[in-house]
Amino acid sequence: MATVKIPPVLRSSTGGEKEVPADGSNVAEVLEAVATQHPDTRRQLFGEDGELNRYVNVYLNDEDVRVLGGLETSVGEGDSLVILPAMAGG
Amino acid sequence: MPSGAELIRSVKEQITEVDPKDVREGLSRNGSGPVVVDVREQNEFEESHLPGAVHVPRGFLESRIEGAAPDKSREVVLYCASGNRSALAAHTLQSLLGYESVSSMTGGITLWKDRGFDVEVPRALTAEQRTRYSRHVLIPEIGLEGQLKLLDAKVLLLGAGGLGSPIALYLAAAGVGTLGLVDDDVVDLSNLQRQVAHTTDRIGVAKVDSAEQSILELNPDVRVVKYQTRLDASNIMEIIEGYDVIVDGVDNFPTRYLLNDASVRLQIPVVSASILGFDGQLSIFKPYDGPCYRCLYPTPPPAELAPSCGANGVLGVLPGTMGLLQATEVIKLVVGTGEPLIGRLLLYDALAAEFTELKVRRDPECPVCSRDPGSISDEEMGVFPDYEAFCAAAG
Repeated sequence: MATVKIPPVLRSSTGGEKEVPADGSNVAEVLEAVATQHPDTRRQLFGEDGELNRYVNVYLNDEDVRVLGGLETSVGEGDSLVILPAMAGG
Repeated sequence: MPSGAELIRSVKEQITEVDPKDVREGLSRNGSGPVVVDVREQNEFEESHLPGAVHVPRGFLESRIEGAAPDKSREVVLYCASGNRSALAAHTLQSLLGYESVSSMTGGITLWKDRGFDVEVPRALTAEQRTRYSRHVLIPEIGLEGQLKLLDAKVLLLGAGGLGSPIALYLAAAGVGTLGLVDDDVVDLSNLQRQVAHTTDRIGVAKVDSAEQSILELNPDVRVVKYQTRLDASNIMEIIEGYDVIVDGVDNFPTRYLLNDASVRLQIPVVSASILGFDGQLSIFKPYDGPCYRCLYPTPPPAELAPSCGANGVLGVLPGTMGLLQATEVIKLVVGTGEPLIGRLLLYDALAAEFTELKVRRDPECPVCSRDPGSISDEEMGVFPDYEAFCAAAG
């Protein structure tokens, strides 16, 4: 079971949860599990083509999954996924 | 008991004295030459000294010499104004501290100058600056040299609001010589919950003017350059050129992309932070040394996922926390000390009291920083995929 950290802008879609435990052997499966538990997050995470939206960064522990294996990157027990959208407030 | 003059005479018989021309020859050997130590007082050293000399006033000789000359087997030449204080100091180093090859320069800097040899006239702080910045000068990582770099530094603050306020105040206090301020807004009552450079009696005043007043009240050493305007593609290159570091605290995506592209073109590092609610993000984008903003965020989120502080609120202290982390990174960049936050993104969750650090890599296919800076055109600056739709949606 991995832990997915939910950014503030998505917390209204997870009932206020900041961390969501989710099962899956790779990044795609873990995010899919999040979207299944909290359907409102699906549209924000994935585009209509089912691909991860370009404005959503996902980190496995502290590394961007884009430099690992993308959505295919393996996720182990106890790993932490960070979903990170850009913020512009100043 | 001997008189002072007799003591000096007797000490000189026990030490080695060296002629200025031999010291000069030694200094020209650079690395292999002696360590030349000026043992005079601060004000004498500041007036002029031998090129490459290190300063250890005689009163601090025993406590500081090992910092200046740690290797006791290396040749050390001491000098003062005329050769007496340095003789006494040489005697101390030789007989009490075990320095193996110490000498005192005959005739001191007076004879050196009489021979027509070059001296170095150092830049120094004024008496007032020495007091004002004394707590910086005391930390070895900053010291006099670092403080002079701060006084020479030109830092541009984009936004004189939530993030910009604490940054402006602390960089002014730190003695950053030139602070540029870009903001087209005026002070509003709702700003004062967090924008600490402004005051209740300055509501309605331009933020750049209000911030300037606070800066100068804190430190009149600072030169403030005001730009009461919005950054856009037509003015950005002109405004940011010539600054050493840019601090990004702007409140919208189009300006952040525009700034990124212009700063990559001009190769100016950007210390960037953003805040919302109880959360903050911080990183340094140093062009070609680390990733740029586009490497991290190739495209901005749609408007509904990118709320502003104005619309969604922000804890008033949060821009203070994030702004001061930015100010710290600015000082590190200017002074050249520590590990700057390049290629790393720091997330701060104020409610959890938690910091998370993520790695940010350069994108080899980055539309901007994978290219030669000269090839980035005016027309592409600030543009991102779906730019038109983004701006239309954002109104």
